[in-house]
Amino acid sequence: MGIGIVVTSGKGGVGKTTTSANLGTALALMDQKVCMVDTDIGLRNLDVVMGLENRIIYDLVDVTEGSCRLQQALIKDKRFENLSLLPAAQTKDKTAVTPEQIEKIVTELKRDFDYVIIDCPAGIEQGFRNAVAGADQAIVVTTPEKAAVRDADRIIGLLEREKVGMPKLVINRVRSHMMKNGDMLDVEDVLDLLAIDLLGVVPDDEHVIKSANQGEPVVMNHEARASIAYRNIARRLLGEAVPLMKLEEKQGVFSRMRKFFGLK
Amino acid sequence: MTTVKSKVTIKGTKDGLVFLMDDTCSFDDLVADLREKIEHSHQQILSGPLIRVSVKLGKRYCTPEQQELLTQIIRQRGNLVIHLIESDVITREEAIAERLKSRFSVRVNTVRSGQVLDFDGDLLLLGDVNPGGIVRCTGNIYVMGHLRGYAHAGITGNRDVIIAAAVMNPTQLRIADIVSKPGEEWANSFGGTEFAYLENDTMLVAKMNYLPRIRPELGECKLGD
Repeated sequence: MGIGIVVTSGKGGVGKTTTSANLGTALALMDQKVCMVDTDIGLRNLDVVMGLENRIIYDLVDVTEGSCRLQQALIKDKRFENLSLLPAAQTKDKTAVTPEQIEKIVTELKRDFDYVIIDCPAGIEQGFRNAVAGADQAIVVTTPEKAAVRDADRIIGLLEREKVGMPKLVINRVRSHMMKNGDMLDVEDVLDLLAIDLLGVVPDDEHVIKSANQGEPVVMNHEARASIAYRNIARRLLGEAVPLMKLEEKQGVFSRMRKFFGLK
Repeated sequence: MTTVKSKVTIKGTKDGLVFLMDDTCSFDDLVADLREKIEHSHQQILSGPLIRVSVKLGKRYCTPEQQELLTQIIRQRGNLVIHLIESDVITREEAIAERLKSRFSVRVNTVRSGQVLDFDGDLLLLGDVNPGGIVRCTGNIYVMGHLRGYAHAGITGNRDVIIAAAVMNPTQLRIADIVSKPGEEWANSFGGTEFAYLENDTMLVAKMNYLPRIRPELGECKLGD
């Protein structure tokens, strides 16, 4: 029996889908059987980020309506045989499915997969309730911005009432130099306010945008700093104790020399 | 014939009549005796100008329906006005509700954004109040944590209450109908253990060690409140 993990945030645009895609891929790279479920009906993105858009035949709503079997709707990622995606419908909206239906699908998927990663839509309405319904655990994604942290706090409050219990936190798009200058909320500030366990810190990395546009999750790029962060998150989920990576960007010879001469 | 103890004793006081109801007989016997007295035997006393009546039930619990029945019987006399019906006993639920109301409640949780904690009486919160979280109380609020959200003490209008926090950093504070936010009267808040109170309709925030001078009565035990 696998584990259902919902990736949620409250606020939009903080990187739920990116986190889902990369976490799913990273787990698959570690020989786990993973199925990603996109519950953002009407605004599906996960298939685009994974580069699987053109292979969609059936979707989540087709399964709930009984137009196809669950197995038919699953897209197998050819790059990793362990990875599948259940895409959302683009033509309907969140009310097209009920939490009970999602719960049933996730329960069914948990029989065949080790991890079912559920990508949650932004907001706290029906879409959120749908996504949370089948989950055993939750990951809350936030960026070090006041508005995002406020919404994450709200979401944590709502999750406490569900069976998923205390969620784990991913702080996304961290810019170390801004944190150091005090222009951005500190990791400590965020943790102090939200008071939940930290699963990982992902640095702001241009590779993420580039790879998302190419339909290849950044985890596949072994150089990118965000890639290492996501792989560390996956390892922590599997129970390994991985220390947090250093956030400072690597300094070149020149900047180190300049620092040596006291030029900053 | 043996003398049967009267089930209903009527006494006159300066505030009107007091009906003392026997609390050991059955309710039906009580009703029968009350009817007898009202309708037949006590005609003279029970007529004349308007009289206030207090009904004392003793240690008998009467449901609202039973009380209504007693009221109806007494009301047959146009000049009798029921002032109050009093019983020495209350139901378990009422007792619990009463206890919750007057007592001091302790809560252990974090009040997160969008959550509301509403209480009757005083509240001791062991946890933080995050921005966007709301704590509201009829009495005092004591937060053993970081108060970053919104706290409203004395929501029913009590202006003598305080809001205390281990770390005082609120978005907004309200005591009774006075609203205040940091940067107004208490800009010098340093985020330590402080409490907010009202003085001449103005909210002030002081360090905790001033509390004995400003609200010494808080330390006194409140019984039967």
